[in-house]
Amino acid sequence: MELLSSLLAITLSTIKDVIPIAVIIFGFQIFVIRRPIHNLRRVLTGFAYVIIGLALFLLGLEKALFPIGRLMAEQLTNPDFIREWSTGGPNDVLRWQDYYWVYIFAFAIGASTTIAEPSLIAVAIKANEVSGGTISVWGLRIAVALGVAVGISLGTWRIVTGYPIHWFIIAGYVVVVLQTIRAPKMIVPLAYDSGGVTTSTVTVPLVAALGLGLAETVPGRSALIDGFGLIAFASLFPMITVMGYAQLTGWLAGREKRKQQAEESLPQS
Amino acid sequence: MMGSLRDLAPIVLVIGFFQLAVLQQPLPDFIGLVIGLVCVVLGLTFFIFGLEMGLFPIGESMARAFARKGSVVWLLIFAFALGFGTTVAEPALIAVADEAATVASLGGMIVDDDAARSSYATGLRFTVAFSVGLAIVLGVLRILKGWSIQYMIIAGYIMVVVMTGFAPREIIGIAYDSGGVTTSTITVPLVTALGVGLASSIEGRNPMIDGFGLIAFASLTPMIFVMAYGMVI
Repeated sequence: MELLSSLLAITLSTIKDVIPIAVIIFGFQIFVIRRPIHNLRRVLTGFAYVIIGLALFLLGLEKALFPIGRLMAEQLTNPDFIREWSTGGPNDVLRWQDYYWVYIFAFAIGASTTIAEPSLIAVAIKANEVSGGTISVWGLRIAVALGVAVGISLGTWRIVTGYPIHWFIIAGYVVVVLQTIRAPKMIVPLAYDSGGVTTSTVTVPLVAALGLGLAETVPGRSALIDGFGLIAFASLFPMITVMGYAQLTGWLAGREKRKQQAEESLPQS
Repeated sequence: MMGSLRDLAPIVLVIGFFQLAVLQQPLPDFIGLVIGLVCVVLGLTFFIFGLEMGLFPIGESMARAFARKGSVVWLLIFAFALGFGTTVAEPALIAVADEAATVASLGGMIVDDDAARSSYATGLRFTVAFSVGLAIVLGVLRILKGWSIQYMIIAGYIMVVVMTGFAPREIIGIAYDSGGVTTSTITVPLVTALGVGLASSIEGRNPMIDGFGLIAFASLTPMIFVMAYGMVI
């Protein structure tokens, strides 16, 4: 019963989120384009499925994953827990190395939540369709997930060590710019997009809990200043890994081709 | 259905491993967990189904209709409305704006009372929504004109870096984060379909090179505008 009432509440709030979008789309369709929507019934059914799907998805996350994920982030960042696994003595000051479970958790949770991110799935489906299958749905998703994982674990390391965030972001930008020059032209816009799509429904709540938990427990950090910024790491690194993925597959394909050419030219020589 | 199960398996494994092996604690409320997971799997399945049925086709058909109609002004107004309208009510943005107001009042940038905080948060929300609207307009213009995305994004980065030097320290983390939170799960498929649809119906544009990139603009401009907001207020 309680589940049903929260499902209802979440469905209503999802509908509320969709209303401005629907008003804009149908308003422009009716008053500006002035043409009936092709397959109106099908489109409306699609919208209904999207709303039901998102509501169920959010309900499940609220009920099952977020509470345990938040609890975990709290427990993992608890100084007592970290001391238990640390190699130093009970009275030593914690070093950044002692937080290794936090980094591993950040990596794992970043990768796994990104795989389940609905907006990334949407972009991957579209990219696969547009590229005629050259970009595989799973290839893109795994490249992005790897980027988020590296980004978030680096972000937690930054919170522990207390280095200023803009050093990392600016260094990341420099890498992105250098890669842009070298990467296949086709991948660049998609790589830029993948930075923005990674962080939404699933990733943000869990990652924010981890960042705030860390910033509250590490001595000398302020939750307000250092707790933010993990999302920025999670949106920067996918650009690097997606371009890297394209560079790597391009390089491998090029090497394969050169090898074939070498083999073909062998008998004649 | 099987696909959604596979999408979710990594999260379950990660949480299970950390809970049982690292934290060495039992799983709380096992039945609730299973029910929740079933909801997530069903939800993801429905969402992807509806995506292909509703969001992708409408985004592309509108892009084609605008391209045929040839009215650039209306297309740009539509682009702005879509960016602004979908962002201003975004729950993640509302949450971030409230946090930012708390930070600002503790940092002494605004008066520490509820009225000042709520007006600061509202101002920030509208600033971000405006910047996303502007981003989609810029992105659509880029597709129409065939400008190359690299220079625009790199110029944006340079602005972010320069402004980081001048913005109040408290706002920087929030500004960087606001780039990531603006694009919601419903906006992303719509905007992507719009871009790809436009690029494929305009002659001489490649949907792969010109169609993507709208989201990138939408995640870049909020950083610039939030830092500007922090500097002005």
